[in-house]
Amino acid sequence: MSVTQRKAGSGARGVKAGAGGTRPTLPRTLTRALPVAPALVLLALFLAGPIAYCAYLAFTDLQLTGQAESSFTGLDNFRTAFEDEAFLNAVWLTLVFTVLSSLVGQNTLGLALAALMQRASKPVRTLTGGIVVTAWVLPEVVAGFLLYAFFRREGTLNAVLDWFGLPSQNWLFTLPILAVSFANVWRGTAFSMLVYSAALNEIPKEITEAAEVDGAGGWRRMWHITLPMIRRSIGTNLMLNTLQTLSVFGLIWVMTRGGPGNRSQTLPLFMYEQAFQKSMIGYGTAVALLLLAVGSLFSLVYMRLLRTEV
Amino acid sequence: MRPNAAPLLLSTLLTATALSACGSDSGSDPDTVEISYKQSTDNSVRVMDEYLADVKEQFEKANPGKKVELVPIKAPDAEYYTKLQQMLRSPKTAPDLVYEDTFLINSDITSGYLKPLDPYLDKWEDWGEFVDTAKAAAKAQDGKTYGVPDGTDTRGLWFDKGIFKKAGLPVDWQPRTWDDLLDAARTIKEKVPGVTPLNVYTGKPAGEAATMQGFEMLLYGTATGATESPLYDTASEKWITGSQGFKDSLRFVETVFKEKLGPDVSDALDPNIATRVRGELLPEGKLGINLDGSWLPQDWLKGSGHEWPEWSEKLGLAYMPTQGGQAPGKVSMSGGWTWSIPSKAANPDLAFEFIKTMQTKANAQKWYIANSGIAVRTDVAEDPAYVKAQPGIKFFTDLVASTHYRPAYPAYPRVSTAVQEAMEGVTTGDSSVEEAARRYDEELKTATDNQVIRK
Repeated sequence: MSVTQRKAGSGARGVKAGAGGTRPTLPRTLTRALPVAPALVLLALFLAGPIAYCAYLAFTDLQLTGQAESSFTGLDNFRTAFEDEAFLNAVWLTLVFTVLSSLVGQNTLGLALAALMQRASKPVRTLTGGIVVTAWVLPEVVAGFLLYAFFRREGTLNAVLDWFGLPSQNWLFTLPILAVSFANVWRGTAFSMLVYSAALNEIPKEITEAAEVDGAGGWRRMWHITLPMIRRSIGTNLMLNTLQTLSVFGLIWVMTRGGPGNRSQTLPLFMYEQAFQKSMIGYGTAVALLLLAVGSLFSLVYMRLLRTEV
Repeated sequence: MRPNAAPLLLSTLLTATALSACGSDSGSDPDTVEISYKQSTDNSVRVMDEYLADVKEQFEKANPGKKVELVPIKAPDAEYYTKLQQMLRSPKTAPDLVYEDTFLINSDITSGYLKPLDPYLDKWEDWGEFVDTAKAAAKAQDGKTYGVPDGTDTRGLWFDKGIFKKAGLPVDWQPRTWDDLLDAARTIKEKVPGVTPLNVYTGKPAGEAATMQGFEMLLYGTATGATESPLYDTASEKWITGSQGFKDSLRFVETVFKEKLGPDVSDALDPNIATRVRGELLPEGKLGINLDGSWLPQDWLKGSGHEWPEWSEKLGLAYMPTQGGQAPGKVSMSGGWTWSIPSKAANPDLAFEFIKTMQTKANAQKWYIANSGIAVRTDVAEDPAYVKAQPGIKFFTDLVASTHYRPAYPAYPRVSTAVQEAMEGVTTGDSSVEEAARRYDEELKTATDNQVIRK
């Protein structure tokens, strides 16, 4: 009997294990799953739990102070958000910040650096790589303070401008969103550079050489050979960069606190202000959920980009 | 099933360890009082730390076997409150004794964070020594008392006599109206370049200092009657929108920054501006007039970091005038801090014993002087040693008669933030006075659940 079963089973691979007396019993499956249980319990408790709690809070009017009991308010928080000028301002600034610092800045500069380093001599490559990576390794708050010192009125940038006889100004005050965008570029370019360095190394030499023999110049090679070949890396890198940039808090907090006024208040800072400075935890978490939505929107776009490329 | 025993055992063990690691030890030893207070963000200022360390020693000596654990929270005001509120939400993190700002206390009482102290106060003789206004500071709308005040404060104008001499202004200066004040600042700007003529705290980064030392000192000077509050209408129990006084006060702030009479806007909107004014600008003679609180000398006392005993000769004091010189001719606001016991405290009884040790006459007096506070105990206020301890005490104590208290109802903290936003708007020039006032009106509606009235 077992032989016929085996024969029948060999056609469909999945059934093979189910043959005869070796069919696992329910208790056995359970014991097998047991070693994973602690991890699962911990994940449920410390990851899924808080997230679910957070999502729930977004539909309440919970306040940190000044309220005896919180109540379920449905979509009120979201309605308030879309009518709130300050929220819309934060969304706009978040987009500006992300496009400027992540898409244009980190991504392009990272690629440029990686491409240049391919051609550079070894010592130059090591030195540049080292310097760029240092910026990335620095803790966010330290990087924030460094750039605060660079941009402030008595800071390095103005000293340099003075030396050239150019007018100085308080950059954190006059162009706060540009200043923090620059800071994020400074800090995050290393990551893109590393990703692109790896991707560029993967391009077979023969292809580039063939193109060179065919008379393609540097730009054409870049456009027709290099970029198409590293498209997947571009997609991944864009996604990681964007998501990280969307959630940047410490850097901006240290440099401007979202000010002056709310001229550099991106969504994470707006969220913090609502939840912890104005004590409206419910509204703050609602904004956090909306931030999540913005993040997924970007991810969706990139995922599509990835899919069509391959 | 034998071979299965090992993974079973292992996983149970792992889960148990992991879970117990987060559940155990809330730190509530029945013999230890945990005390949370605000530590100055200026590293050289350790007034409170030293005072508490001293009381801790006395307490531990008087109560053998009991221990005091100080849990300082080092943060600017606004972040201190947030941190504290988060700690108060859970019995695992709630300390036994907390330092509460009176402007926030009603809000925290409404949230159920604090414990009524009446049963303790009834049995405590010294409570009779406290002045009535101070007792009221921590009394909630339910008639119960939730805190023991450790002093109060008043506010006025500090001015640099050296700068005034250079500008040709009298060193016994006393402005009668807002215009007098602005004119003095304009004169300083014109005749003494390189100094900041007038500091008025403004904007969200300065927090409650902007609302109280800055805005309310102006707003309460626009009122026609001496007792009414231009923020809150007690008769209808509603918050006031769109008042002319509100716009006039915003206009004053706008003028200060538009005419560059104040600190550079980016400095004014630095969260550490208050620390800088006390630690740098005033002692270094770089600030003409400062609208600020009575407690400034605490940083300048011997051993407090920015020693500056000569301040009483270098600085003059003047009352903050009302808008057009209307009666009573001067404005002051009063606040202060209290010691409160969280409702989730593990050792409330012991915590109250610690309050008693802090509030013996001798310790209270020591604290008022160290903190440059205004006494709220009558026995200390009458003590000549206290009155003579510091120049300026008389000036600021006399203000108590005409001072105002904030309408510190539960919604107040959010109203205060709305005020700061309006101030910040006109400070940066992002919004006009009308726009800022209109936005305040809208913000006020959400902050107070539409409990507003137009006056």
